[in-house]
Amino acid sequence: MDTNTAMDLMWVLIAGCLVFFMQAGFTLVETGFTRSKNTGNIIMKNLMDFCIGSLAFWAVGYSLMYGESIGGLIGDMGQYAFFDSLPDMHSLFFQTVFAATAATIVSGAIAERTKFTTYLIFSLLMTLVIYPISGSWVWNAGGWLAKMGFTDFAGSTVVHAVGGFASLVAAALVGPRIGKYTDGRSNAIPGHNLMLGALGVFILWLGWFGFNPGSQLAISGDNAFKVAAIFITTNLAGAAGALAAMFLTWIFYKKPDISMTLNGVLAGLVGVTAGCAAVSPAGALMIGLICGIVVVFSIEFIDKKLKIDDPVGAVSVHGVCGALGTILVGLFATDGGLFYGGGFDKLIVQLTGVGAIVAWALATSFIVLFILKKTMGLRVTKEEEIDGLDIHEHGTNVYND
Amino acid sequence: MKKIEAIIRKSKFDEVKEALHKIEVNFFTYWDVTGVGNEKVGHVYRGITYSTSDIQRRHLSIVVSDPFLEKTIEAILNSAATGLVGDGKIFVSDVQETYRIRTKEKGTDAVN
Repeated sequence: MDTNTAMDLMWVLIAGCLVFFMQAGFTLVETGFTRSKNTGNIIMKNLMDFCIGSLAFWAVGYSLMYGESIGGLIGDMGQYAFFDSLPDMHSLFFQTVFAATAATIVSGAIAERTKFTTYLIFSLLMTLVIYPISGSWVWNAGGWLAKMGFTDFAGSTVVHAVGGFASLVAAALVGPRIGKYTDGRSNAIPGHNLMLGALGVFILWLGWFGFNPGSQLAISGDNAFKVAAIFITTNLAGAAGALAAMFLTWIFYKKPDISMTLNGVLAGLVGVTAGCAAVSPAGALMIGLICGIVVVFSIEFIDKKLKIDDPVGAVSVHGVCGALGTILVGLFATDGGLFYGGGFDKLIVQLTGVGAIVAWALATSFIVLFILKKTMGLRVTKEEEIDGLDIHEHGTNVYND
Repeated sequence: MKKIEAIIRKSKFDEVKEALHKIEVNFFTYWDVTGVGNEKVGHVYRGITYSTSDIQRRHLSIVVSDPFLEKTIEAILNSAATGLVGDGKIFVSDVQETYRIRTKEKGTDAVN
């Protein structure tokens, strides 16, 4: 093996470690934004979806996503089943941590009221089937969206929108937490520790420096410049998203809202994930600003108008901003974007891809969750929900003094 | 012997403690309490405004011999006041007996 290949491999592995660390970020954000009586349940969900996802993606998922594409729709399931291909181990690692990210997004949206066993089954199907198949359309060289020229560099849609729209279906089917809506009015259920939430957001931000620049999948030669540029687009979008959300809430609520600003960071980061290698730094900043504004309106709309209870804002951050960020590539891509004289072709391809994948995520997660609802049930009992999931589902409290 | 219970602002605790030390009331217990009162506090969380009447205060429990009663109350009244609604309340009640566990003394001797 030559030095360049070794360097590329090492970069992919290091970036994969950063993405793995995002699991800690998700756990912290979700626990911080919810009540202390459900902390243990959130710990277990975030831990186990990664563990289940690691096995499922190794066994079948990777093959469905990256096996020889059959008609552009699905990878050859047999090709990499029970993965044991020495030259591609780094690829399996990097893609596994991505699959686990898509799965873990759902956990936040349905926090504080969902049955643990049901969640485990849904999480398994997410990394086994739902995520890999739509992923193969884009990231498998033979995928139908890849052939159309659809740009989703690191997965605004492939990872985040899939997780985000699955969250929407899940949160709608599970129903709101007890006390969230009374007399048609939305009530505030403050999270128990915003410090945990803030630490989680910082960890996710750090993780994004693996998520986006790592997706270059190489760092040797000129790739190094490309990787560094993606660090900048990623960082600018996150910062701009936070600023947009902060000023917007400052105007609306008279005070800069902490949890919304934290969501703003994530909205910017999710938004730029698709276009981080295709847009200029200024373009990334614009994408971040737009997503930081949209995420605030989206959270309010889903909470107050649709009356779907999403305690952490996962649907808005990952679903809405993931889809929006991918569409915005059609405007801001320096090569082919509408604002750079590329006409509407790119934009139409982006809209098609987002539409197809969002529809896939909505439909498949609805089928799976609807069957689970009719068989095992999605919710814990009223008594369990009021006392807290920790004591009933796991037999212990997390904070014992 | 009297028991003086005072519910005061947390922000005034250090001043009250200082004032009590000055008149040589050095032994008392306290704990943080949540109560409901006339004050309403407005909050915004994720775009939803809500108000809560839950108020955070500190509760002091002081047992003194009769000669100390007036000056203790005066010390609290002066040191805990801001003049705004929510400064708190003081309750006084009789204490039947006091024992010091170490020496087995009882009565006034056991108080100070």
